[in-house]
Amino acid sequence: MSLAELSAAHGPSPTASSSGDGTSDDAPPRPPFAQDWHRIARMGAIGAIGQIFISLSNMPVKLDGRAIIEGVLSLGYLSLVVLPLAAGSRVGHQLRREGVPFHRPGAHEVIGGAACGALVGGGLSLLAMLIANFDLREPLVNWSPILADLLAFNCGTAFAVIIWLAIGAAVGAAGGLLRVVPPLARRVLWTMVLTLFGSAVLESLTTDLAEGMGIEGLIDWFYAPRGGLTITGAIALAAGSGVLAFVARGRIKGAKARIDALEGPARNRAHLGLILATAAVLVILPMFAGKLTNELLANVGLFVLLALGLNIVVGLAGILDLGYVAFFAVGSYSAAVLTAATSPKIHPELPWFVALIGVVLLTGLVGLFIGAPVIRMRGDYLAIVTLGFGEIIRLLFLSDWLSGWFGGSQGITNIPGAEIFGLAEVAGTDPRSVFYLVLAFCAIAIYVSWRLERSRIGRAWMAVREDETVAEAMGINTVNVKLLAFVVGAVLGSFSGAIFSAKVGSVFPASFLILVSIVILVVVIFGGMGSIVGVIAGSAVLIGVLGGPKQPGLLAEFSEFKLLIYGALLVWMMLARPEGLIPSVRRTRELHQEELAQDAWLRGQTEDEHEGNGESSARQPSGEMS
Amino acid sequence: MSSADSGTASSAERVPLLEMRKVNAHYGAVHALRDVDLSIYEGELVCLLGGNASGKSTTLKTLLGMLKPTSGEVVLDGEVVNDRPTSYRVARGITMVPENRRLFKRLTVRENLQLGAYLRKDSDAIAADMERVYELFPRVKERLAQKAGTLSGGEQQMVAIGRALMSQPRVLLMDEPSMGLAPALVQQNFELISQIHEAGMTVFMVEQNANMALGIADRGWVLQTGRVVLDDTAEALLANPALRTSYLGGGKGNDEGETAADDAG
Repeated sequence: MSLAELSAAHGPSPTASSSGDGTSDDAPPRPPFAQDWHRIARMGAIGAIGQIFISLSNMPVKLDGRAIIEGVLSLGYLSLVVLPLAAGSRVGHQLRREGVPFHRPGAHEVIGGAACGALVGGGLSLLAMLIANFDLREPLVNWSPILADLLAFNCGTAFAVIIWLAIGAAVGAAGGLLRVVPPLARRVLWTMVLTLFGSAVLESLTTDLAEGMGIEGLIDWFYAPRGGLTITGAIALAAGSGVLAFVARGRIKGAKARIDALEGPARNRAHLGLILATAAVLVILPMFAGKLTNELLANVGLFVLLALGLNIVVGLAGILDLGYVAFFAVGSYSAAVLTAATSPKIHPELPWFVALIGVVLLTGLVGLFIGAPVIRMRGDYLAIVTLGFGEIIRLLFLSDWLSGWFGGSQGITNIPGAEIFGLAEVAGTDPRSVFYLVLAFCAIAIYVSWRLERSRIGRAWMAVREDETVAEAMGINTVNVKLLAFVVGAVLGSFSGAIFSAKVGSVFPASFLILVSIVILVVVIFGGMGSIVGVIAGSAVLIGVLGGPKQPGLLAEFSEFKLLIYGALLVWMMLARPEGLIPSVRRTRELHQEELAQDAWLRGQTEDEHEGNGESSARQPSGEMS
Repeated sequence: MSSADSGTASSAERVPLLEMRKVNAHYGAVHALRDVDLSIYEGELVCLLGGNASGKSTTLKTLLGMLKPTSGEVVLDGEVVNDRPTSYRVARGITMVPENRRLFKRLTVRENLQLGAYLRKDSDAIAADMERVYELFPRVKERLAQKAGTLSGGEQQMVAIGRALMSQPRVLLMDEPSMGLAPALVQQNFELISQIHEAGMTVFMVEQNANMALGIADRGWVLQTGRVVLDDTAEALLANPALRTSYLGGGKGNDEGETAADDAG
């Protein structure tokens, strides 16, 4: 449906409705004001509370310093228009979601969105009025004139009240409009918005790379000196990405479908090509990047390694391990003890690669010791006990009892870098080398995960995940199989730990808080449980952009709100896309096939039964199976 | 179908394939099985009848080694296997088709079948057995790459039986094959079981639907609160007035046995 048709939709066409062939294009639009006001009011109220919460969390004020487009939009104001847009878009989608027949989207959606958006924006109007008249700074530290000024654009309370109603309505209407415009236009719009947001977020990364390649001039044209895109740059980017999205429409999906449709060796070749291309980019990119970018990439890599390990435990074997940080800690500490001269008790000062053998053995043993009692439990109990063990390991490293070995809260410092067969020394002072080392180990971990998933043991893990009792009845020794998953996960985590200690040069118990376990789990869930590509994407987005437990991401301003955003993302993910960002192929296939199966069921379930009866009596047993 | 008489006559000289001798089993304080004696001979189709909580599933778990008996012996082909794990017993020829089929829903049909052969290493023979399953159930072959959870009830039953056959069992334990299926499919399912039996498989099934089960079985037992109260040929059991009036309740429905079973014996 085009915009021309949209304007035509305002005039009712009685003839069209009488045709009644069920296609939405021939149906009359719903009267614009025949809205489900109850729902709009409820959603608006929830949105308004959300807006007030965001404001009082001080996010707008803190993030105002980070410009998205110079002088036009800052990250702070962006955080205040997300909710009206989402609410408007959802209201606009309501009728479609309910499957109302004979409905053609039009003014109805836009007006509903605008009304809901105005209510959401009204939350800020209310807040502005309250801040002007009452002083609640005592319990609410962010109840401040700074926030009031930000909300009012420095123009007084009355202006704030009106402007937020207006902004809410406009943004909400835009959200509703998203549901009216044809899909292609929506895709082009989204591409433009995401490109603008993405290039603003990636500013430090792109600048760094451009400097490495010697094209600062071009970058200066896009980015303003004090951060954010320049207006001309933003327009150019939006236009460029819009045109690209228009030209590429359907082609990327088509190419993907073509690769998926390929059979056997041809498909493997296509996949291999993709993997090699990605690998080439990852090898070449850091050469042009500066320290900060490489540091970031190395951090992301460390978390990819951890997440791949946890993915085997949680995603494949279905063991909800909330204490995964324990293996990261044991890996780090054992590498530190084996390589550092400053290790309190024993200091064999082994070369890093030799020490790695010890690290793997030790972590594997610890995995066995923790796993053996834990693995017999199921579900919630197991999760709680692993949570406990994660903390116990940290407390042991912190304790006075073992401080003779691990230095207690002082930790172990002056850990030498990793020497790679005398070729290069990998240490924190040279993040590029750290990244290459991490990349190598990630490649190993990816290959191992990929092979395991398709092996007999991988099938046994999935069987245990699906139905432990039946898996046992199939003759699978569930205890051993789960223990193996636990140990393999532990060993992959220990690689990350060993690199971490060489990179940072010191290990403290404080680096292994329970938060690390939670962040890794969020990465796995966010990316898509059981999906290797998803886990990598999850690490890149969460750790790279928002930052890890202690590592800053690209949006360093977010650091204080990191956990809030993690939580919100997780909740949203569970509601909207439980299979994760990039679900594993098997999960997608499953969802797709459920639809197919339902269709088949709708078409002829009775036929199915009759046919089945006839077949079974006609069919002869083919011979003994024993 | 072999007659019930010949089944019992031959059983006197032969060693049972699978046997329970005076088995007692407990779930914590609950005495679930009381001195249960069962013997299943090669080539037989026998059934264990009983209402809810009469100990039917406990019997299967004990036979399979997922529950250890507190006293008595489980004997597999002359060997006492009380202390042997499930994997040992599966490798030596016991396999269960679980209640409600319980396929690995998010795995493909092919993976489900492969998991049935988990303990086997002979990949050529596994491939040959796969082919046999396809011959037995041509529909399964069409669905190989599909998620097991997306199949229809009848197809799931085929995959569940196929999965069990993949372990090259000598005796097939079937837990409530009629449960959770539409009436037409129940009929189909029992036909399937007797086909497999006619092809030479020893089958031990646990059922509530006594009419259907005794219709295809050679012999049967009736279990009540963990005790075997009746042990006879299928024909005799069907003719037994005690069973007819109380347990069967004269009805042919699937669920009527549940309540009536309490009055049996």
